[in-house]
Amino acid sequence: MNFLDLLKLAVPETIVVLAVLFVLAADLVALRGVERRFRFIIGGMIACVGCVGGIVWMLISHTHENAFAGMLVVDPLTQFVKIALLALTIFTILLSMESDFTTHVGEYLALILLAAVGMMFLVSAEDILMIFISLELTSLSLYILAAFNKRDIKSAEASLKYFLFGGMSAAFTLFGLSLVYGLSGTTNLPEIAAALAGKGLDPLLVIAIVMVVIGFGFKVAAVPFHLWAPDAYQGAPTPSAAFIASGSKVASFFIFAKVMAIGFAGKEIEGSGAWHAYAPGWVPVVAILAALSMVLGNLVAIVQTSVRRLIAYSAIAHAGYMLLAIVSHNEQSLASLIYYAVTYGLTTVGAFGVVAVVEQGTGGEKLSDFAGLSRRAPVVSFCMLIFMLSLAGIPPLAGFFGKFYVFSAAIKSGAPDLGLLWLVILAVAMSAVSLYYYLQVLKQIYVNDVDSAPGAGNPLKPTVLTQVVLALLALLVIVLGCAPNLLIGWILTAIGSGPA
Amino acid sequence: MLAWTIYISFIGVLVLMLLPKGNAALARGVALMFALLGLGIGIAAFTQFKAGEIVAVADTSWVPSLGIHYHLAADGISLTLVLLTGSAAVAGILFSWNIEHRTKEFFAFYLALIGGVYGVFLSFDLFLLFVFYEIAIVPKYFIIAIWGSTRREYGAMKLALYSFIGSAMVLVGLIAAYVVSGAHSFDVTELAKYSFPHNFQIWAFPLVFIGFAILAGMWPFHTWAPTGHVAAPTAASMLLAGVVMKLGAYGCLRVAMTLFPDGLAAWKNFFAVLAIIGILYGAMVALVQKDFKFVIGYSSVSHMGFVLLGLMTLNAIGLSGAVLQMFSHGIIAGLLFAVVGRMVYDRTHTRDLDTLQTMGLSKAMPFAAVTFVIASMASMGLPGFSGFAAEFQVIVGAWKAFPTLAVLTGVGILIGVAYTLRVMQKAFFGETDEKEAHAHEPMPPISPQEKLGAVLLIAVSLVIGLFPRILLDIIVPSFDSPLFDWLRRLS
Repeated sequence: MNFLDLLKLAVPETIVVLAVLFVLAADLVALRGVERRFRFIIGGMIACVGCVGGIVWMLISHTHENAFAGMLVVDPLTQFVKIALLALTIFTILLSMESDFTTHVGEYLALILLAAVGMMFLVSAEDILMIFISLELTSLSLYILAAFNKRDIKSAEASLKYFLFGGMSAAFTLFGLSLVYGLSGTTNLPEIAAALAGKGLDPLLVIAIVMVVIGFGFKVAAVPFHLWAPDAYQGAPTPSAAFIASGSKVASFFIFAKVMAIGFAGKEIEGSGAWHAYAPGWVPVVAILAALSMVLGNLVAIVQTSVRRLIAYSAIAHAGYMLLAIVSHNEQSLASLIYYAVTYGLTTVGAFGVVAVVEQGTGGEKLSDFAGLSRRAPVVSFCMLIFMLSLAGIPPLAGFFGKFYVFSAAIKSGAPDLGLLWLVILAVAMSAVSLYYYLQVLKQIYVNDVDSAPGAGNPLKPTVLTQVVLALLALLVIVLGCAPNLLIGWILTAIGSGPA
Repeated sequence: MLAWTIYISFIGVLVLMLLPKGNAALARGVALMFALLGLGIGIAAFTQFKAGEIVAVADTSWVPSLGIHYHLAADGISLTLVLLTGSAAVAGILFSWNIEHRTKEFFAFYLALIGGVYGVFLSFDLFLLFVFYEIAIVPKYFIIAIWGSTRREYGAMKLALYSFIGSAMVLVGLIAAYVVSGAHSFDVTELAKYSFPHNFQIWAFPLVFIGFAILAGMWPFHTWAPTGHVAAPTAASMLLAGVVMKLGAYGCLRVAMTLFPDGLAAWKNFFAVLAIIGILYGAMVALVQKDFKFVIGYSSVSHMGFVLLGLMTLNAIGLSGAVLQMFSHGIIAGLLFAVVGRMVYDRTHTRDLDTLQTMGLSKAMPFAAVTFVIASMASMGLPGFSGFAAEFQVIVGAWKAFPTLAVLTGVGILIGVAYTLRVMQKAFFGETDEKEAHAHEPMPPISPQEKLGAVLLIAVSLVIGLFPRILLDIIVPSFDSPLFDWLRRLS
């Protein structure tokens, strides 16, 4: 294989990197003196064109290639996840076009795209070295994105916390992965599984697995490694927070599932989290993380007064549901995980978009700042209604089908004695709890009246672009919920066609 | 054609959302039109219905990878409840004619709720049924929280959480049944053929049954009902008691009992006792209430006890009585709530029975008084009204299945007479001295819409009471369908 072939495989990533260069060049060379709004529009257009270019390329090319022993795997499944990531990136960029927190427009957009490139490589990697490098590319871009509002001390705090926790988690991951390499003598995931097979649960392997789980646990904000999430979500500029909550989640969960299911395959390493058939291994560990995340995330979200923190804790809870899909690791669960993560990403980006509108209009993002929103901005409120109900898991929205799919995969994996039923019951019970706090948000928007303070009841005037993007996201959430097969069918074909 | 009851309601939601702001009269008219269309479709389907058949309405693959179908169909039971939904929806809109605050939103939520309810009654795919069941939860919350009265946010949230917890239990049971059966289908006709392992049924049945029965107001999970009814605006109380509680009972019959007959056989005595407790408890609590609306709220719990008891008798007469009681109570409770919430409360602004007693309402608003007297007679189960036909059958069925409990049911009816007479006397025929009665401002007259709504509901109750065969002829043969094979196996 020569470099031209490699470049061919990495065309989507290359397109996005070129977009980065164009954005930077355009902004630094041509747009210096122009008004910020205009710079955002031009830069954003270029960035979106790059993303769309990547998506189109992946849609028309049907490559099936595994370059350099898992360094870069291109198959329909990774293509699908990358398309989803780029779509989330586009939405994030579109929603950031109205922001006013920075004058470094080019750098900002470039970093978003670089983070996206990192995620794309991450998704394609089946090699622990490559996984680590792409993880770092993503994370470093995201740390800076979180700190981008230089005028706000909270943004700096968010970024520092995110960075310190992220750095720790990277250290854990690296340590775990190096132990894995030491045990197996290879960096390729399937080969690792082959080398570890039959050796049983070596104490060193236990440490390695725990380290890896801790590292990824930080990335996906699973309890007890979630502490950075509320602060990062609260302090970071809204589009950055949205991207951390959506794109980064999708990519991290995908690679987490891949590392566990491919790298640590084999009955004696997996163990079992089933009720009567407990066996040590990574499955029970992840099962416990899932249970803790669901319980703590949902219960703590109830008492939040800041909507961003509420979304953060709800994100922790949703991480719990997605971990449930990793625990089940059967043929259906990977599809359910991807469906869940992608639709969750779309919903969260939308929810942050609404938060941004409210922040611009009222200067705050407390629950009380949402009071009476339905009469100040009806379209945006309706979108928020859809997003919150989808997060709560109300049919026929995408969030419901995602949960349903994950839960049925989990019950199937424990069949015939329904061993994972305990975890599913917990998850369903907790999602009933979650309705309470999502309804709190909607209650402010639809039920409560606006403050009597002068000027408080004026209509907010979100720009047409924002409204269109939010409406589009809401529509996607409805359509993907009513016709889940659009996505599921695609994912299942992708999984079925790959060697994975 | 029946599927259009669902579509028409949701189209109505869209139309209402697109209407210009501030034109309340237009919103009302549009809402009424869509509700009438729904009722019209129901009646048209009823006239073409042949007893004993299951009308296929729609059946297409929805999510092939999970074997989920978009399967709508109707048997006599579904059709009865569709008719109930249509009548209650029309009457509810007539009684909400005075809503001026955010009118179009009100009716949008209202029609969304109605659409969800139609969907539940027509779904033969359990996944689809569950989807519609949950769609109905959200509008209830907003209708009560925005347009309600006493402690509306509390009542609304309580109702939403109870419903959601119930549906969560149902969801677990459904997925487990789907996986255990291995049928790769959620179709109720498919799943009903499969006989689930005994041990599985023993825990799955109560899980799903209670999940649905929460919404049916089964004691001790009924506590959402009185607070919800009291907090809700009139139309919402009418729908809650009239239709939403039936969703729960319908789910018990169509899902829990059909899928898990062995579990049913093991648990039926237990749930029959709970049903009796509900009848007696609801009636006795209603006897001592000071708030007019709480009386009706608790009476709903009591009357729904009859439905659950009828279901547990497991004989044809008891079951058909239960279905007829669902219909009958839907109409009568709607009427009672209309009198209390719309005619009385909106004019006197009090529901306190002691205050009402001094007002001499029978003179101030004779129409309301007459309506309430008729509704009370129907509610007490006087022959000639639908309540009699229904509760009589339930008691006969219970007599066969649980002779001891049937006696207690009779006691429940007696207490029912007592609280109804008490509240009637206090609210309308209290002793007033002339001066005080005139001290109150003159009340606005009963509007034509209210009269129309009241006449509609009274007429339905009377017709079904005098000719119960109209409905029984389609309900009873339904139990002969293959869907009810379990019934013949158990008895």
